[in-house]
Formats: sequence, structure tokens, C-alpha cells
Amino acid sequence: MADLTHPVVWFYIPCTLAWICFLISVGSPDRFIDYDWLWFLFRHISPYFWAALGVALCVGMSILGAAWGIFITGASLVGAAIRVPRITSKNLISVIFCEAVAIYGVIVAIILQTKIEYVDPQSTGGVYDKYAVAAGYSIFGSGITTGFANLVCGMCVGIVGSSCALSDAQNSTLFVKILVVEIFGSALGLFGVIIGIIMSGGIKWAA
Amino acid sequence: MYGLEMLSFNIKDGFLEAIVRGHRSGLLTVADYNNLAQCETLEDIKLNLGSTDYGAYLANEASPIYTANIVEKCTQKLVNDWNYMRSQADETLATFMDYCTYGHMIDNVVLIVTGTLHERDVQELLDKCHPLGMFDSIATLAVAQNMRELYRLVLVDTPLAPYFSENLTHEDLDEMNIEIMRNTLYKAYLDDFAAFCQKLGGATAEIMGDMLAFETDRRALNITLNSIGTELTREDRKKLYSNFGLLYPHGHNELAMAEDFDQIRSAMEKVPAYASIFSKLGYGESQMLDKLLYEEEVKKCVDCYEQQFHYAVFYAYMKLREQEIRNIMWVSECVAQDQKGRISDGIVYLF
Repeated sequence: MADLTHPVVWFYIPCTLAWICFLISVGSPDRFIDYDWLWFLFRHISPYFWAALGVALCVGMSILGAAWGIFITGASLVGAAIRVPRITSKNLISVIFCEAVAIYGVIVAIILQTKIEYVDPQSTGGVYDKYAVAAGYSIFGSGITTGFANLVCGMCVGIVGSSCALSDAQNSTLFVKILVVEIFGSALGLFGVIIGIIMSGGIKWAA
Repeated sequence: MYGLEMLSFNIKDGFLEAIVRGHRSGLLTVADYNNLAQCETLEDIKLNLGSTDYGAYLANEASPIYTANIVEKCTQKLVNDWNYMRSQADETLATFMDYCTYGHMIDNVVLIVTGTLHERDVQELLDKCHPLGMFDSIATLAVAQNMRELYRLVLVDTPLAPYFSENLTHEDLDEMNIEIMRNTLYKAYLDDFAAFCQKLGGATAEIMGDMLAFETDRRALNITLNSIGTELTREDRKKLYSNFGLLYPHGHNELAMAEDFDQIRSAMEKVPAYASIFSKLGYGESQMLDKLLYEEEVKKCVDCYEQQFHYAVFYAYMKLREQEIRNIMWVSECVAQDQKGRISDGIVYLF
């Protein structure tokens, strides 16, 4: 199987592609890629697209992270509990930590969607007001921040929860100590939520 | 890439890894062996083993109980555990677990062929075979007269087929050829297994690579020790060594030249990992070597449980259980023959 970590994949090919794009852009006036037109298109993307995408990514990625964590923990927990049934009740805490990550995503998504107001671009000559554009980008950024943070937090808590279940089955004094690691892991999701809420705090869609 | 397997391992194999770790926690400890060493008769041993994982298997044994019965029941437990896990295993764990049992398959084949040579009854030989290495047409091995027939009639349908190389001989099977056949098959098997593990990548490749390297070096050492003074030529000896491991390729050159224990010792001591084993042996001693090699193997197997999300825990479980069964057999024999002073000589403590 091809080695995907080889420098060719991660350094040489991106450098070559970037160099080709640069050559094309400073080449002849009849450009292969018309960067001005592409920039015009980009800045005219409706801010509502960005806002909706932000809300979707927020809840979607959070739930992906939570689900990932729950199955990682659950598979090990079920297997270990066959021999040592006493671990089940305590180790459900790991699953609850993963679930909390999904709830963070839902909360932030609800907050973000209440920030969306509907402004009419006709009054400003067919283009959106600068406040509206900034608002769209803010909601997008806030959603992505929270989404990514919860995605990796869910994965982290899941892996640690799996190890916690297996260690608890061997030696019950280890449970509380590994739980501390999980608590630190779940704080990562909380950081994403905090930044997301701060980013979406100062939004206004019109002057 | 090493490290991201944590995210996807549990999808298919998380449950079985947890199961095998549960079994590992049931292996006998030093305290259990001390209890067993206090026993006066085999009945006491059965009683003491009743409170361990083996309880359910030994409970219904009728007295008088013999060592062979105890060992058979303990092996039955290993086989049941293994089959339970194997029947629930998904790819690629299933292929990995099958690879772990091919060694026993090779030993069974050689057992039956040797037994047939000495005109033993096929049924009696089948009872002696290791249950993890059985395959369907194993009884027809008794019919084969030489290696080519062996391959054509029976082994071509088994997983051992690719391990027979092109240089099959028409010679009749005799003691020497059978041993050479066993070692050639084992060499091909270990090469194949190591290549498979490297293809799996990640922690499995690293840990299994280490354990298989030790296994192949141990076999090279034993081949050399057993072939000193026999008609096996140096080139033939070199052909029996695997194509990987810490001794490959320079150590193998030296081992092929060795003619006595001290030369072997100087060849092995050039590898730092094995120098520590040989330093525990006094000069000229080779009896302790087996026990030291078993101890090293057990240490490697126990260490591999430190990491999660890899397949080597299954291989290690099989090896540790087998060592435990050897220990129980030793203790039972010492107790049965009233030689309790020698118990600690033969036990390799797991933890």
C-alpha cells in the first residue's frame, strides 16, 4: 500500500501545485485562471450561506465527535464487562462525557441560529452591508471552532474512556485517576464552546 | 500511520481485545504457584486450580486424576477461549489469529508423519495432536510415503501449502528429513507471518516484529545447537534460518560456522539483546538456556499488554497460556513424583 506520509505527498506535490498556480497568475494577460473573477464571486457569496454552514458544521461535527468517542469506549466497555461486571456503572461516566460534547454542539448551534437576522440587500444597492457580511463570517467561524473542538474532544475522551474501562477491570483503584485525564480532555470541548459564544456575541446585521 | 489506529481499531476489534485482556487477568500469579507448590497430591492440585479460571474444566474430573488429564483440560480451556474469540473475529484479526495457529499445524503434521514412520496407530497420534492446529484432512497424512506425496495428497488444501518450496524431494521420509522439513516449513511460516504483520502496520507491526524476531532467533539457536555433530552441512543449516530477525544476516553467517557451544555463544553475544541472556549462563552450561529463553519470551509477551489497539495481545495470550500449562505440568509431575524441591527450577513465573 502506498505510504501516505512520504514527503512527496505532503511537501513536494503541494509546493509544485502552488508554484504552478503562481506562474499562471503572473503569466500572460489571457489567464488560464481568472483570479479577479474568482475573488468577485467569493466576496459576493451570501452571508447566509456562511451562517447556515457554520450552524450545520457546529452541530454536525460535535455529534460526529461524540459518536466516535462513544463507540470507542462502548466496544471496550462491553467486552471487559463480561468478565468483570462491576465496572459497567462507573464507566458509563466516560460515555456521559462524550455525550456532553454533543450537547455543547447543540447548544452553540441554537445560540448561533438565534443570531441570524434577515436584512434586505436591495436597500443598499444590491450588495450586503458590511455588518451583514461580517456577521455571516462570524457565525461561520464560531460554528467551525466549536465543531472542530468538540470533534477532537469527543475522540480524545473516547480513547481515554476505553483505556479507563480496561484498566478498571484489572485494578479498580485506577478508575478515579484515569477519570482525571478524561476530565481534562473534556475541558477541550468547553474551550471551543466559550470561544464560539464570544465570537458570536457582538454580531449585528445592520448598522 | 502509527497513532491514528486508535480511532478505528475499536470498530471491529475493540470487543475482542477487551475479552482477551479479561482472560489475561486470569493467568496464574506467583501466589497461585506458591499454593500449588504446597500441594501433596494431584487431588490437592485439582482443588487449588478449582478457584482459578480452570475451575469449571477440572471440576468434573473423576479421581484418580493424572497429570495428563490436568494438562488436557487446561489445554481445552485455551482452545475454547481461542475458538470463542476466533469465531467472532472480523478481518484482519481472523487472518492474524489463523497465522498464530499455523505453528501448531506444522507440529501436528510432523507428529503424525513421525508417528507413522514408527508404525503408531493413527487414532492414537490424532489424540496427541494440539487441538489448535487441527485441520480436516489431517488423518490422511498417515498414507503419504514421501514429501511430494505429502504435499500433493494432503497439504495442498491446507494453509500450509505455500510454505512448501519448489525443492520437494522424492526421498522417503526419515528422521533427518522430517526435522529438516519441519524447520523449512517453520522458516517459511515465520517469514510469511512477519511480512503479514508488517503489512498491517502500526503498533501491531512493531510489537509483532519484535516478538517474531525473538522467536526466529530462538529457533536459529536451537537448530544450531541440535545440528552440531550431525550430518547437516553448513549450507543446509543456513537455509533453515529465517530472513529476518536480529541475527539476520551477519549473525546467521556466524551461527552457520559454529561447531560447539562456545562458538555459538560468541556469535549470539554480538547482539546486545541476547548478550544479557548469555551472561546469566556460566561457562560451558547449556541446561539453563531453555529456561532463560522461556523467561525472555514471557517477558516480551507480558510487556505487549502495556499498549492498546493492536493484535499482538492475542498472540501473547496464546504463548502465555501455553507457558502456564507447561508450568502446571511441571508442578504436577514434581508433586506426583514427590520431588517438590525441584518445583521452582522449572517454573517460569508470568507475573
